[in-house]
Amino acid sequence: MSEMTGWLLVWPILLPVLASALAVVAWGRERTQTLIGFAGLLAQFVAALALFVQVWAQGPLAMSMGGWAAPFGIALAADTLGAGLTLIATLVALAIAVYAWADSTPEQRSGGLFPLVLALMTGVAGAFLTSDIFNLYVWFEVTLISSFGLIVLGGRREQIDGAVKYAVLNLLATTLLLIAIGLLYGLTGTLNMADLAAKVAQLPPGAALESIALLFLVSLGMKAALFPLYFWLPAAYHTPLPAVSALFAALLTKVGVYALIRVFTTVFPEGFALTREAMAWAAAATMLLGALGALAEVDLRRLVSYTVVSGVGVMVAGLAIGSEAALLAAIFYIVHSIIISAALFMAAGLVVRSAGSADIEQLSGLYKGVPWLAVAFLLAGLSLAGVPPLAGFWPKVYLVQAGLDAGAHMLVVAVLLSGFLLLLTVGRSFALVFWREAESAATPASPAPGASAALAGGGRHLRYALGALVLLTLLLGLYAAPVVEVALRAASELRAPGPYFDAVLGTAELRP
Amino acid sequence: MNSIILRTASPFLVGLTVLFSIYVLLRGHNEPGGGFIGGLIGASAFATYTLAEGAAATRRALVLSPIALAGIGLLIAGASGLASLLFGDAFLTGQWWFPAFNPELKYLSTVVLFDIGVYLVVVGAILAIIIGLEDET
Repeated sequence: MSEMTGWLLVWPILLPVLASALAVVAWGRERTQTLIGFAGLLAQFVAALALFVQVWAQGPLAMSMGGWAAPFGIALAADTLGAGLTLIATLVALAIAVYAWADSTPEQRSGGLFPLVLALMTGVAGAFLTSDIFNLYVWFEVTLISSFGLIVLGGRREQIDGAVKYAVLNLLATTLLLIAIGLLYGLTGTLNMADLAAKVAQLPPGAALESIALLFLVSLGMKAALFPLYFWLPAAYHTPLPAVSALFAALLTKVGVYALIRVFTTVFPEGFALTREAMAWAAAATMLLGALGALAEVDLRRLVSYTVVSGVGVMVAGLAIGSEAALLAAIFYIVHSIIISAALFMAAGLVVRSAGSADIEQLSGLYKGVPWLAVAFLLAGLSLAGVPPLAGFWPKVYLVQAGLDAGAHMLVVAVLLSGFLLLLTVGRSFALVFWREAESAATPASPAPGASAALAGGGRHLRYALGALVLLTLLLGLYAAPVVEVALRAASELRAPGPYFDAVLGTAELRP
Repeated sequence: MNSIILRTASPFLVGLTVLFSIYVLLRGHNEPGGGFIGGLIGASAFATYTLAEGAAATRRALVLSPIALAGIGLLIAGASGLASLLFGDAFLTGQWWFPAFNPELKYLSTVVLFDIGVYLVVVGAILAIIIGLEDET
């Protein structure tokens, strides 16, 4: 393979990091930083698109950094899953950046919003495109450090409170991940995932390997907000700027789920009975408790946080079933969830912006003031609950089908029940916030003058950003076939990773 | 901190420590040392200066803000990896230049450039923290 195509892997990581560095040099110059921020994110999207087109046409792609041979050096690699997720992540990040720009004060922007977003996107792309498990940990750290900066941006008291919970639990998770990687390295002597797959397959299965697999499940599950370690997410995600919540909800848990999928399809492809069992139960509990939490919540932004948790359960259920169809469903659901989590957090942010409150028992009659927001919220919510013409429907259909085929009835019941609970949640919050008559006296939500004033100015761009994502989920639902095709290719590559391994290890120029 | 001993000694200490940090940076090319540890030593030099003379004096001495310094370092490190694109190699592949007048010179390479970038990132990041803390007190 020519090294020039390999460079396609470098650009989605290198361009945002260079843009971030440039924006840091322009510290304090808010307009310059904003310009660099948009240029960097746009460049990353174009790079991700080019990479995806290449991978779709030619199959998996890899390049070893610095020309150091693959099992020893670090190789970047992309299969359909990695390239596809990079593409959708960079696309949604662009919409979020528009929202962030229109919804932030100049102080927040000159306080490092765009450099941090670019650094976070570097980490996300790096995690999707590396084939080295220690390198994956490093990219987790990159996203973690930039997310610390983003979560306290603005410096309100409750933000610091949320940030502390977020930081402590996430640091614990990365430390456990590091320990798991260390133990695995001690057992196999390699960090390259393709090489690990071969080495682990040769080892006799036993307590050591099984404990390591469980440790990976716990640490990555914590990152992905999987039961029982999801509590940090609803405790933290409602505190930062709405755009930052949208970015985190769209991408960070998905990076955790991606890492779970990657580790449990390449390194431990067969899995172990105990780990599989634990994963299935954790997925079911996450789906149901996330949905119940959302149903019980009165703060709209915390409610949305719980729906993100519930979605994580659906994706991990796909991985726990493990068949090709189930992985297809999980991958489709990741794409859907990236879009819908961002859209819901944007909508919640707009509700707060136009009515001055996030308490759904206080809010009322918002439909009259901002009808377009009501429509966007309803569409996004119905897509979340999996109502037919929208994107959330298809992955659940595939997942239920796969679950029935595999006899995983517990997971099927959990998927259907959590979908029902989410529908109740969406219906309840829509009815309360938008639909019921405004109670004239007590509510701060007298929508007529306040709402339109708060949404004037930058409001137009907020509407475009939210509208773009809602349109995307609608299109993904109506034209699901191409997405299914991509997800199917990604799932079959995970089940038969030969070409990916060849690409990774083939870059080893061991031959003289 | 208002200590006459520290204030008298700090200019000498700072000069020596910066010199030593550059030595460690270049030594890292083939022996223990390198950009990270060199950067830590360099940052400690300016930390001493901050303790003796205050944050404002350090800002003046640095010319650029520490955070901009870190950004420039990151740009240099990233650009050093890009150089291999011109020669058709993989990202971050080291490129050497052996000048005709002294082919023995081993420092003219993108590897050293990368290390200089790391050095600046470390100095900038640590000083941003130290100056920030000094401003708080």
